[in-house]
Amino acid sequence: MKTLQRAGLALAAPVLALVVAGIITSLVLVAAGDDPAAFWETMLAWPENRSLVNIINEASVLYLSGLAAAIGFRMNLFNIGVEGQYRVATFVAAYFAAQAFLPGYLNTVATILVAMLAGAAWAGIAALLRVTRGVSEVISTIMLNAIAVSLVAYLLRKVGSREGQTIVTDTVPQSGWIPGISLFPDSVTDMYGLVFLAVLAGIGFSVLLNRTRFGFDLRATGHSESAAVASGVDVKRMVIYSMLLSGAVAGLIGMPNLFGVSHNYGSTIQTGIGFAGIAVALLGRNHPLGIAAGALIFAYLSEQANPLGILAGISPEIIAVTQGVVVLCVVIAYEVVRRYRNKLEQRAVAEALEAPGPSKEVTA
Amino acid sequence: MTDTTTTAAAAVSVRGVGKRFPGVVANHDVTLEVRPGTVHALVGENGAGKSTLMKILYGVQKPDEGEILVGGETVHFSSPSDAIKHGIGMVFQHFQLADNLTVLENVVLGAEKLHGIGDAARTEIRRISDAYGFGLDPDELVEDLGVGERQRVEILKVLYRGAKIIILDEPTAVLVPQEVDALFENLRELKSQGNTLLFISHKLDEVRAIADDITVLRRGTTVTSVKPADVTQHQLAELMVGEELPSPSTAESTVTDREVLEVRDLQVDDAQGRTVLSDINLTIHAGEVLGIAGVEGNGQTELVEAVVGMVRPTRGVVELSDQDVTSWGTRQRRESGVGYIPEDRHRHGLLLDAPLWENRILGHQTRKPSVKGGWVDKAGARIDAQRIVHEYDVRTPGIDTTARALSGGNQQKFIVGREMSGDPKLLIASHPTRGVDVGAQAAIWDHIREARRRGLAVLLISADLDELIGLSDSLKVILRGRIVADYDPQTVTPQQLGAAMTGAKTAGEEA
Amino acid sequence: MTVSAPESSAALVKPTAARSYRIWIYLAVLVIALSTTRIFTGADDITSSGTLRAAVIAAIPIALAGLGGLWSERAGVVNIGLEGMMILGTLGAGYFTYHYGVWVGLLGAAVFGAVGGALHALATVTFGVDHIVSGVAINIIALGVASFLAEALFTGLPGGGPTQSPSLDRPPTISVPGLSGWTESLEDKGWFLVSDLAALLNVVVSQLSLFTLVALVLIFGTGWLLWRTPFGLRLRSCGESPSAAETLGVNVYRYKFVAVTMSGALAGMGGAFLALVASSGYQNGQTGGRGYIGLAAMIFGNWRPTGLLTGSLIFGYTDAARLRSGGESVHALLLVLSVALLAIAVWQLIRGARLAAVLAAVVGGLGLTWYLRTDTIPGDFTQMTPYVMTLLVLALASQQLRMPAADGQRYRRGEAG
Repeated sequence: MKTLQRAGLALAAPVLALVVAGIITSLVLVAAGDDPAAFWETMLAWPENRSLVNIINEASVLYLSGLAAAIGFRMNLFNIGVEGQYRVATFVAAYFAAQAFLPGYLNTVATILVAMLAGAAWAGIAALLRVTRGVSEVISTIMLNAIAVSLVAYLLRKVGSREGQTIVTDTVPQSGWIPGISLFPDSVTDMYGLVFLAVLAGIGFSVLLNRTRFGFDLRATGHSESAAVASGVDVKRMVIYSMLLSGAVAGLIGMPNLFGVSHNYGSTIQTGIGFAGIAVALLGRNHPLGIAAGALIFAYLSEQANPLGILAGISPEIIAVTQGVVVLCVVIAYEVVRRYRNKLEQRAVAEALEAPGPSKEVTA
Repeated sequence: MTDTTTTAAAAVSVRGVGKRFPGVVANHDVTLEVRPGTVHALVGENGAGKSTLMKILYGVQKPDEGEILVGGETVHFSSPSDAIKHGIGMVFQHFQLADNLTVLENVVLGAEKLHGIGDAARTEIRRISDAYGFGLDPDELVEDLGVGERQRVEILKVLYRGAKIIILDEPTAVLVPQEVDALFENLRELKSQGNTLLFISHKLDEVRAIADDITVLRRGTTVTSVKPADVTQHQLAELMVGEELPSPSTAESTVTDREVLEVRDLQVDDAQGRTVLSDINLTIHAGEVLGIAGVEGNGQTELVEAVVGMVRPTRGVVELSDQDVTSWGTRQRRESGVGYIPEDRHRHGLLLDAPLWENRILGHQTRKPSVKGGWVDKAGARIDAQRIVHEYDVRTPGIDTTARALSGGNQQKFIVGREMSGDPKLLIASHPTRGVDVGAQAAIWDHIREARRRGLAVLLISADLDELIGLSDSLKVILRGRIVADYDPQTVTPQQLGAAMTGAKTAGEEA
Repeated sequence: MTVSAPESSAALVKPTAARSYRIWIYLAVLVIALSTTRIFTGADDITSSGTLRAAVIAAIPIALAGLGGLWSERAGVVNIGLEGMMILGTLGAGYFTYHYGVWVGLLGAAVFGAVGGALHALATVTFGVDHIVSGVAINIIALGVASFLAEALFTGLPGGGPTQSPSLDRPPTISVPGLSGWTESLEDKGWFLVSDLAALLNVVVSQLSLFTLVALVLIFGTGWLLWRTPFGLRLRSCGESPSAAETLGVNVYRYKFVAVTMSGALAGMGGAFLALVASSGYQNGQTGGRGYIGLAAMIFGNWRPTGLLTGSLIFGYTDAARLRSGGESVHALLLVLSVALLAIAVWQLIRGARLAAVLAAVVGGLGLTWYLRTDTIPGDFTQMTPYVMTLLVLALASQQLRMPAADGQRYRRGEAG
């Protein structure tokens, strides 16, 4: 009964947010002279098999990005720099993998580690600036995102070669590729072989957060930095560790695609995953399962929006409005629910106090 | 209009006022008559509902029932500005001042229409300051002021608005006896000029010294109103708590000659490089309670944080059981047997939004029973949280309740229970019974005494001189970051302590 | 009577006055350093009126965003959503200018930005959402709304498309007839210091956009409004101690709401400047993180109008230097920066801040080596100059700054006392 109420409250916020976002999106469409009915028809149609695969692939990448952001968020550390960390890490990894220092899958494993290291290193700059110079990580990670774009572009020009309109790094040796998993025989796209990376990271995040001392320290710092300090947490060290960890997970984001599809780093690399990951983390309340749900919702919305232009004559950009509104609504809804839950609990405590206590009553 | 029974309209009448918070009745059927031109004291122990009543009178909160009359006229306050319009002013216990603004800015805020925010206002502030001998400079930043001066800024704020009814919420809580005398001078002066004062306190000797009428509040409701001459202090106390008051007296000495904590030549500088603590030397033995008396803000916080390891001293040595721990962090010190009851339990003692069993782990992240190796032992933590709830009589529906939902007293009992876990060698107790009701206070004292008997060393910091004198085996006075005096609690009086705390004794004539 | 140090209070009040005084000395040193560098390296563009004018044009949008941040943070609300509000501003400017002219365009941009600000206020003030979280959400929404509406509004217009508006009118400019030509000819002489100052003067007396004047009025007007009027005192008190303000009858929620909405309007105007003065119409992705840089400029400026203007000019200048003969100019600036860092290193060493000294020395040394071993700087590096500058400046300045005491904290009514 009580757990049921808790679960109900936890779900109320995101469901409410989705409904409100749907209404606002419809209003925007009407205002722009588009037909909401056609929009919903396209959006709510059951996805084709090909789209289902795309949704899973996109969601797995978003999930990794969401996890990376959530690690920081859980201790009130705002790593807005997942985008830059992912970019730097993917480039470094692609370059490293193409050198084929190691044979076969050893190369794959080593590359994944290198990607994590590179992501962590890029995030580490922000961590160091925060710890030694008191620079807000919000500003520094945003600046580092912009710097990453230019830096990687410069390095790509140095080591890459031109291929049509784009510049790409050398191709990763085929022995290290991770073949896709064919879910539907009629689908032209396959599921990323490295989807399990996202699953592993999710499990790891959950265990780390809820079962380990480190996770406790992390959450304690997020709840109350001052209380954490008094309890013996070295907050500076925690800032560095969690920022490095966050960057390391950000480094994983590009791996499924690198080893499954592209096999190199090109100047057409998918952008915006880092920012979407922040949204996904907020949507899922930085909870391992919540982020998964958030990633699936975002991936579903993006994928279903693709044919909007052809089928309904509506710009697919509308879906960015929906996604943004969902995030804002959900954070507001979580706050409202939190206050409501506090009230309920205070009432419960008061009731318990009314009842005769276990030992002698001193005074009120 | 309703017919008032009193001849002259009461300055303030409160009739049948009630206020509920989720699940808690803070006030019910509160009835009170304040005669104009008098000092009316409102007494009651912590949690009796004084603060809620004050907030209602000042418009910070709205009552759920009952009516309030000011000068015979029914009023409905929806914000403090309504109260201010009716000539009510309030001096808060926790000063409501913006540190980074000047005295002038703090005073004129919200009352800019009176004299502007420029020279006219400056002149008016000087005039009031001179009239009451406040000695305040309008252009000084509030962050540079001491406690007494800040309180005078608060009173000045009220006077500047022309308030005739002034509410003072525990104004003496932060003052030493000598400052209290100065405050009372000011209050008498205010009364003689026709102001009405509503004075909230739980210090009965002070109440009897200043009040014309006394109203007693217990468990959210007014019990009775009396004249100070008609009751003894003892009777008043019984009215207040409904039974015998506990006292913190310690029986036989349990001090051993085993040194647990030794601090030598300790110096701490703040972030701006100012020395806030210097030449601190102290030793605490097993079974000894060392009390530190001092006006708040004289280095107590820094001393505690340096011993706990939250700030790095610039100079000096901290030793635990003959081991130099100066370079150790908080965690390592806690592991070696230091318990810490922080001054501000919300900021330093609890994760308010986490359940009690997780709060059990806080500060014990590396120790059994809540942790095994690098892993959190949820079952162990839950069992031990349950034990604390039981042994320390923490009133809660269960250990899955968040800390925020508990009352202050129960939060404090839980913290005390947690910090006593795992048999600490040294307990650092900073205001261990602040904001706690009388029952919980007695229980906390008992726990400290019991642990002391078993050989616990305690560093006790408190603003409550009775608590200090009653619990301690030896006393030191801290002033401007230095230890200025040592006393034997058996023989010292609160007046002696107060003199040392203000420097009147050591630094010659000062206020 | 109580413990305090009265003799130090006078010294504590003064720094604000001393600070604005010191800014002029810093500026003089900067001009001399740049002039010397110009003579020494031959990179003429680093103090040309063209570069300086471009610097002002690049600085104003940043300054307006920073000014928005100032309003918001002085009232205690951190506003990371400035970027989004700026984006909304560029869209509003594009749409309204096309249909109704530049002044309505400016107003439209302000209104669009204000809507974003009001949304942020709703989330943070009314509902108590974390300020950073709400700001991030607003940036996402603004980006989506702008790209969707741009497609709906501009497709099919002559010269417009799904990602950009048609080419728009520029706001009028003013020139002082005699001075304009005289300063130009003086600048062409290439004399040490004189020509540099002439170029500086030329920027003010020639082709000055009226929007720039509006922005300057807003910046200095804000200084007056927030520090010299009752309204400003109340607004600042909400950022310093909202509970104190509440107990004195200040409606804290309302002031925060007004401040954050105004913050959005100012960021929106920054967007308008970007769309109408710095370029000739709306484009997707036009803001390029300037909202964030504005926030950094405000922090650098210690939450004060003159300070944030100084910060914005530094960022604007590096931006302009990279745009005008970028490789050469930025290369010359690298020398200035490296020498400055080495000087800071020495100064920090004297003050006893060893870590800061080492940090500055290492970065400065690397910069100097880089300068000596190259002749120009690759385009990608000039691109990142403003962002690297932001990081460096914050790393060096952060610790001496004082933000409003209750900045970023949630506040609930009725908790005072």
